Amino acid sequence: MNRHLISAADLSLDDAVAILDTAEELARLAERPIPKLPTLRGRTVVNLFYEDSTRTRISFEAAAKRLSADVINFSAKGSSVAKGESLKDTALTLQAMGADAVVIRHGASGAPHRLARWVRGSVVNAGDGTHEHPTQALLDAFTMRRRLGRLEGLRVSIVGDILHSRVARSNVWLLRTLGAQVTLVAPPTLLPIAVDGWPCSVSYDLSSVLPGSDVVMMLRVQHERMSDAYFPSVREYRRRYGLDGDRMALLPDHAIVMHPGPMNRGMEIAADVADSPRSTIVEQVTNGVSVRMAVLYLLLSGSRAPDEPAVAGDTELVTAAELTATAAGSQVRVEVL
Amino acid sequence: MSAASGSHRSAETPAKRRWLIRGARPLGGPPADILIDGTVITGVAASGRDGRQLAAGADVTVLDASDLIALPGLVDLHTHLREPGREDAETVASGTAAAALGGFTAVHAMANTEPAADTAGVVEQVWRLGRQAGYCDVWPVGAVTAGLHGSQLAELGAMADSAARVRVFSDDGQCVSDATLMRRALEYVKAFDGVIAQHAQEPRLTQGAQVNEGEMSARLGLAGWPAVAEEAIIARDCLLAAHVGSALHICHVSTAGSVEIISWAKSKGWRVTAEVTPHHLLLTDELAANYDPVFKVNPPLRTAADVAALRAGLADGTIDCVATDHAPHPAESKETEWSEAAFGMTGLETALRVVHEAMVSTGLLDWSSVADRMSVRPAEIGRLSDRAAGQHDMRHGCPIAPGSPANLVLYDAEPIRHVDPAEHASRSRNSPFAGLKLPGQVIATFLRGTPTVLDGRLAS
Repeated sequence: MNRHLISAADLSLDDAVAILDTAEELARLAERPIPKLPTLRGRTVVNLFYEDSTRTRISFEAAAKRLSADVINFSAKGSSVAKGESLKDTALTLQAMGADAVVIRHGASGAPHRLARWVRGSVVNAGDGTHEHPTQALLDAFTMRRRLGRLEGLRVSIVGDILHSRVARSNVWLLRTLGAQVTLVAPPTLLPIAVDGWPCSVSYDLSSVLPGSDVVMMLRVQHERMSDAYFPSVREYRRRYGLDGDRMALLPDHAIVMHPGPMNRGMEIAADVADSPRSTIVEQVTNGVSVRMAVLYLLLSGSRAPDEPAVAGDTELVTAAELTATAAGSQVRVEVL
Repeated sequence: MSAASGSHRSAETPAKRRWLIRGARPLGGPPADILIDGTVITGVAASGRDGRQLAAGADVTVLDASDLIALPGLVDLHTHLREPGREDAETVASGTAAAALGGFTAVHAMANTEPAADTAGVVEQVWRLGRQAGYCDVWPVGAVTAGLHGSQLAELGAMADSAARVRVFSDDGQCVSDATLMRRALEYVKAFDGVIAQHAQEPRLTQGAQVNEGEMSARLGLAGWPAVAEEAIIARDCLLAAHVGSALHICHVSTAGSVEIISWAKSKGWRVTAEVTPHHLLLTDELAANYDPVFKVNPPLRTAADVAALRAGLADGTIDCVATDHAPHPAESKETEWSEAAFGMTGLETALRVVHEAMVSTGLLDWSSVADRMSVRPAEIGRLSDRAAGQHDMRHGCPIAPGSPANLVLYDAEPIRHVDPAEHASRSRNSPFAGLKLPGQVIATFLRGTPTVLDGRLAS
């Protein structure tokens, strides 16, 4: 696996499966009385959030803490240039503090790429502008695999503002790697011009796509897109691209409904759909912690800063095999915490 | 191979100095000796076996230029010198030094300074700074609209009548998007043989635009800058120029569609000219993949198909000339997130080498045509073909022949070297060619008989 997780497109099939399998093991850990591992003890994970995102930040924070890492939350709202310190200077500061990993959420596409040039630790992209959100795609894939038992050949329809969606981009690349068949559904104004070059199919008609979908993933649609004339009105958007009870009935019985959150109830998704048994929305949040634990574990557990002495005993790094054994039931390691 | 021989006599004023450039190949042709007397070329003769017929007199400095290509001094229609206002990025002195090192003897300084060059006072200041620097002639471009705000015409006539004698007007950086204002500007400058140089960018189609709209913008999640936003303005302005019978110049043409529209306008006999930048001749939008803003420029880098069309357009003359759009920026403007970073690239010191790589090495242009596209045509478009200032013959783009002002560049086509922006005279380092292997090296540049560059270095 690479040193960073910046784009879902960079993940090989082996990498992706390793993350999902590790997350599966770690998920079992969460069911135990003390859901904590010593794996990243002494490691520092910085959550560098330039955008408000309580959900994603808390998920990463919980993931890092369950692996016993020290967590520093650094919230810097607004553009770095407009508000003073540049991203580079912030990066150098974090570097000087000895961050082993920086989890970055930023409003500018590509900010994690830039950050990776300025810090020595691992960079984890927690959502950059309208580019990517790879851990969201991983937790979505994890959720699909748990619910439906496989990813290969799964028919996944992603519906909504594809043009501006980092979730959609990451899902398209990751699901291609994992062998699923993706269909993007949106009004033509909310699809990228060059979408025909993407490894997926495209439809403008939600109702026609639903009967052939194992998964339907609804994306949040920002109200301000309306003022930019991407669509005429909320009412018309809901009528053509919203998922209500009637439309949900077009899905096969086994199909699930996903949403990365936060939802606009009554806009892209009706309340009864969001709360239905098909909905995996709350499950996705739970799975997010396991997947982010897996990502931090795989990025950090194999590496050690050269000046850092090896630590013996219970804080010794856990190998993947040990982790599996630990997660599978041995309480010894956990009890010494 | 090119060391200046003969002693440097300080008692001699530069204007009286005589140079014999031996064995250079004018326009890449057979070797010739070129005699410069004061500011003027006084003799050009084929190098004989002994080639002595021009070596008259003992007060001649002989320059061995064997195997060097001699071109008329290059002329840039599109340079950002940043002074006044952004002297941290470039000054007239540093920018013209960069120009000289790139083989230029004249540059047109764009108007988007702070304050903007929208009055006679500012253009005269820039003009004077250029005269003081002495590395190359600086011809200020006047703003089309006051403050480049696109709402009211600047005092075009006052700038035309000033000491700077402005003939090229542009809001470059901004498009004159209001059709009526553009029409009026085109009409108004007919009174003094001016030309409007349009930065063709439909503003509503490019709000927040970051990269070429296409495969790369879709993948990178960066707002797209569609080709149609350039082409729609070019088409409109060609029609306007035809309607009012005026001269339109299109800055930094970047798309295949633009080349087609310009070709069509020229086929009608309309007074439309166009430029292309070196970077648009060589680089594509694929370079944005790592979000390094050194590749962020406006108009953006386009696709390989666009690059091919631009090269073909420059080769067949649809695009009249190469212009650098040299746009220096301080490090902090580029060491940041892509969307926060400034648009623009430096280009003066690499232009000829890039054209060599993109056009000559590919067989699309010979050196005679390079002289046309980088000296003769831009001088004509900038109205520099018949300029004088006081007793000085300020013409550029003249043939390498007796009677022409001695504006020359000597270019060694042989070496292939990596581009290192740290070596550049520009105050800024934002060269997209950094690390790229490019052919050629400017060995010497003469501005009216005075060497501004010798042995590849600035002459003191």
